[in-house]
Amino acid sequence: MRNLITFIWKHYFFFLFLSIEVLCIYLIVQNNYFQKASFVNSSNKVSANILKTSADVEEYFFLKSENEKLAKENAELRSRSLVSFSLLENNQYFVNDTAFRQKYSYINSKVVNNSTNRRNNYLTLDKGSKQGIKNNMAVITSTGVVGQIKDVSENFCTVMSLLNSKTTISSKIKKDGSYGPLTWEGENFAFATLHDIPTHVKLTKGDTIVTSAYSLTFPENILIGTVESFERKSGEYFYTVKVKLSTEFKKLSHVYVVTNMMKKEQEELENRSETDK
Amino acid sequence: MLNEIIRNIVRFAILVGIQVLVIKNIELGRFINPFIYVLFIIGLPFETPKWLLLFSGFAMGITIDLFYDTAGMHAAACVFIAYLRPGLLKLFSPRDGYEFGTQPTIQYLGIPWFLSYSGILILLHHLILFYIEVFRFSEFFSTFFRVIVSSVFTVLLVVISQYLFHRKKAQE
Repeated sequence: MRNLITFIWKHYFFFLFLSIEVLCIYLIVQNNYFQKASFVNSSNKVSANILKTSADVEEYFFLKSENEKLAKENAELRSRSLVSFSLLENNQYFVNDTAFRQKYSYINSKVVNNSTNRRNNYLTLDKGSKQGIKNNMAVITSTGVVGQIKDVSENFCTVMSLLNSKTTISSKIKKDGSYGPLTWEGENFAFATLHDIPTHVKLTKGDTIVTSAYSLTFPENILIGTVESFERKSGEYFYTVKVKLSTEFKKLSHVYVVTNMMKKEQEELENRSETDK
Repeated sequence: MLNEIIRNIVRFAILVGIQVLVIKNIELGRFINPFIYVLFIIGLPFETPKWLLLFSGFAMGITIDLFYDTAGMHAAACVFIAYLRPGLLKLFSPRDGYEFGTQPTIQYLGIPWFLSYSGILILLHHLILFYIEVFRFSEFFSTFFRVIVSSVFTVLLVVISQYLFHRKKAQE
């Protein structure tokens, strides 16, 4: 026993190093489990506030273009609205209609932190659990899909961007409905890859790709991008499609968080059928 | 001694600020992500106790992790180079050892010494960091390219910053 203690004491530097590394690896692995709230991320108070101040300053430089974009969108929405909206708390809009039941509601939010140049990119938004944000909600912007909520704190949340090796979005080709998973290969933030499109589908450059109805998170028919090119790899019976993303991840400033109000019901039903098998 | 501690805490804060508020927002192409904050570990005084080296490396890494959303990756890489630092310093030490009161900077030990010392530490740091981030072998070569290019940029920034902040001391 005494020998052991002297041995450890003699090599304390190595053992200290080893224990700190193990702690680091523990943190990394913890953080890798999707949905698991972890302490070390930018939705924690101190770093989120510093990043928010930085984003606030930055925002002034883009006020003009952002205003134009918002005005354009306002005009578009105004021309579309037939029902009167009732404003409730937290900027969420609910519609009462006897013929339709509302399935999705939207919370607007500002991006306070963003990256595009790493393999796994994340965003931070300035809304959190107080404003009704929960894990796994979809995040979109007026031009297309952005990502999925990963962690939530009281006033902030982090979003796993589409530009992340762990993101997969169920998407389809708008004109004929054939669907497949969309992933990001890490090469270029303007392009993503759509897999498993059967070869009988007649693809042309410029075809629209939208989200499919099979996702619990994303509403159907949200724009993702357009077909840039496609190829059939040797030995495969499917096309691999290069998709030009419609969202400009470099210019993200205001986004919408989408709540699926029927998600729980659908999930419970599906789980019940799973267990029956 | 106390002076030295305060000096290094200030250095810590400045480097975190530069990394998080400036460099993080500069896009130098997809392959280039310089991490200049490594300079904190590289530039710690020779007399720093070994355990303090590890803990300050961990503190630096975890602070950067907070801002980069990477939980532990930067910390792991930092602690690793903090662990290798004493051995590397011994390997590169001049014949009579390091003079008391000097620091591991270009001004005291010259460019060739500093380039090989900081170059090795930065390369190792980036290697570990980028491979932990990717964590798969399918992107081995593109990741390797990123490591090399980013390391070159970090070394460049580190050398430039040395000339910017330590010039006066050399004239004294």
